[in-house]
Amino acid sequence: MTTTLQPLDVQAIRRDFPLLSRSLNGRPVIYLDSAVSGQMPVQVIERMSKYERDEHTNVHRGVSTLSQEATDRYEEAREKVRAFLNAASAREIVWTRGTTESLNLVAQSFGRLVVQPGDEILLSAMEHHANIVPWQMLAQEKGATIKVIPMNDAGELILESLDELITERTRVMGLVHVSNVLGTINPVKAIVAKAHAKGVPVVVDGAQAVPHLAVDVRDLDADFYAFSGHKLSGPTGIGVLYGKLAHLEAMPPWQGGGSMIRSVSWEKTTYMPAPAKFEAGTPPIAGAIGLGAAIDYVRALGLDRIAAHEHDLLAYATENLLPIPGLRILGNAQEKASVLSFVVDGIHPHDLGSILDSEGVVVRAGHHCAQPVMTRFQVPATTRASFAYFNTREEVDILVSAVLKAIELFK
Amino acid sequence: MSDPRELYQQVILEHNKKPRNFGRLEPCTHHAEGHNPLCGDQLDLTLVVENGMVQDVKFQGSGCAIDVASASLMTQAVKGRPVAEAEAMAEQFRGMVRGELDPATQAPLLGKLTLFQGVKDLPSRVKCAVLPWATLHAALKGEAEASTE
Repeated sequence: MTTTLQPLDVQAIRRDFPLLSRSLNGRPVIYLDSAVSGQMPVQVIERMSKYERDEHTNVHRGVSTLSQEATDRYEEAREKVRAFLNAASAREIVWTRGTTESLNLVAQSFGRLVVQPGDEILLSAMEHHANIVPWQMLAQEKGATIKVIPMNDAGELILESLDELITERTRVMGLVHVSNVLGTINPVKAIVAKAHAKGVPVVVDGAQAVPHLAVDVRDLDADFYAFSGHKLSGPTGIGVLYGKLAHLEAMPPWQGGGSMIRSVSWEKTTYMPAPAKFEAGTPPIAGAIGLGAAIDYVRALGLDRIAAHEHDLLAYATENLLPIPGLRILGNAQEKASVLSFVVDGIHPHDLGSILDSEGVVVRAGHHCAQPVMTRFQVPATTRASFAYFNTREEVDILVSAVLKAIELFK
Repeated sequence: MSDPRELYQQVILEHNKKPRNFGRLEPCTHHAEGHNPLCGDQLDLTLVVENGMVQDVKFQGSGCAIDVASASLMTQAVKGRPVAEAEAMAEQFRGMVRGELDPATQAPLLGKLTLFQGVKDLPSRVKCAVLPWATLHAALKGEAEASTE
């Protein structure tokens, strides 16, 4: 299928990213850290700048033309997110600060509603801390327990374990769509079907999925789906929580304040319907509009073409790193996105990260906010390269030669 | 120095590969554990202090080359020294890697440890170099844990 796709014009795309032409430690920057934060194209930066220069005010406030215009742009961005996720209604799209806030919202509002003492919360072994800690806090508050779906040595969830792990006390499942450490693309649709067969709703962390693959929340049948703007070529400080409308309507508000109320008196306050019910206070308006522009940009490139390009880079990098003596790649799932974690014998990932940095190569070295994954693979940390649609095979070559230089130095 | 390869000199690489005074003293008079929660470095430090002197010291744990070499060189530097002097060295070391004092004129006790002066140009690695010294300070003060953020 991918062979019929028109390849991306990567050199033209690169001109949209000012940062890619700067230097780092006297060398051209090689940005292989999009899993930490994606770079924004000028189209996004300029759209946000236009809002701040010519359109800035507040949304859902008063009768001024300016406020109405800002509200329209802000709600148009919500509609772009709806279409991007193929949600049934824009009312199912809640703005948040990011994936972490989205997941906390679900745990604190939906979780408090459905989890009672003695109940179970099921999480996968490859969750980011953002889909662990909010549930641990809830479990502690409610006297519930956390159970974990194990994974094999390739970094794939052991789906056979689900039959046993989903019990009549399971109230909710947290599942990462794409692992930020291992790159594993989990079979969300199949897992959701298994969970739903036993009446268990599924909360999907899509932070690392949306930049790499087309997501259709109705096809997945996910109950909730969370992602961040800044991993999707958009700004920081804006994120999305998709929730099925029936859930959102049943859930109590999370934070109180302006915008989320219908009426307030000393005796009684009534709330707006979703999504406004979950959006207290002034939102990051430029951020929402910027995320809308980022979605436009990514959709114009085409997620299938992006996936094909990134898959080529992942395969090329794997092929060139794997033969290096002492180098081990973590995460060898059949279905894998362009996230490549590795460790090298005798070189701590932080030392490797510092040396790559001196070569202008930006990667992440650390535990990637996924300490249980580090424990599972018995490493303190990993070095992680992540590839985006603007990266090239030449950049992969520079990564590989920088790794070889580090090995030479530490010999 | 913006090039970390200048920091990764042979002495540091060699101490990382073959750390000195590696292990645990049983029995010991002082003990502390050091953690660097952001990067997961861990250090277990045991000392035998008698008559105000560091008679013996050992460390074990896992960490990056900067951390391990710093611990190894630290144990060599403080062994056989008065406690007060070890504490003064810890102060000077911290000042040096934070760029607050000039090792050439303001850190007379550091000697070979000035190898680590390049760390001041790598702010993200300062905590790695400091962890052993923070752990030493905690142990000498009778505190069980030290942490660098």
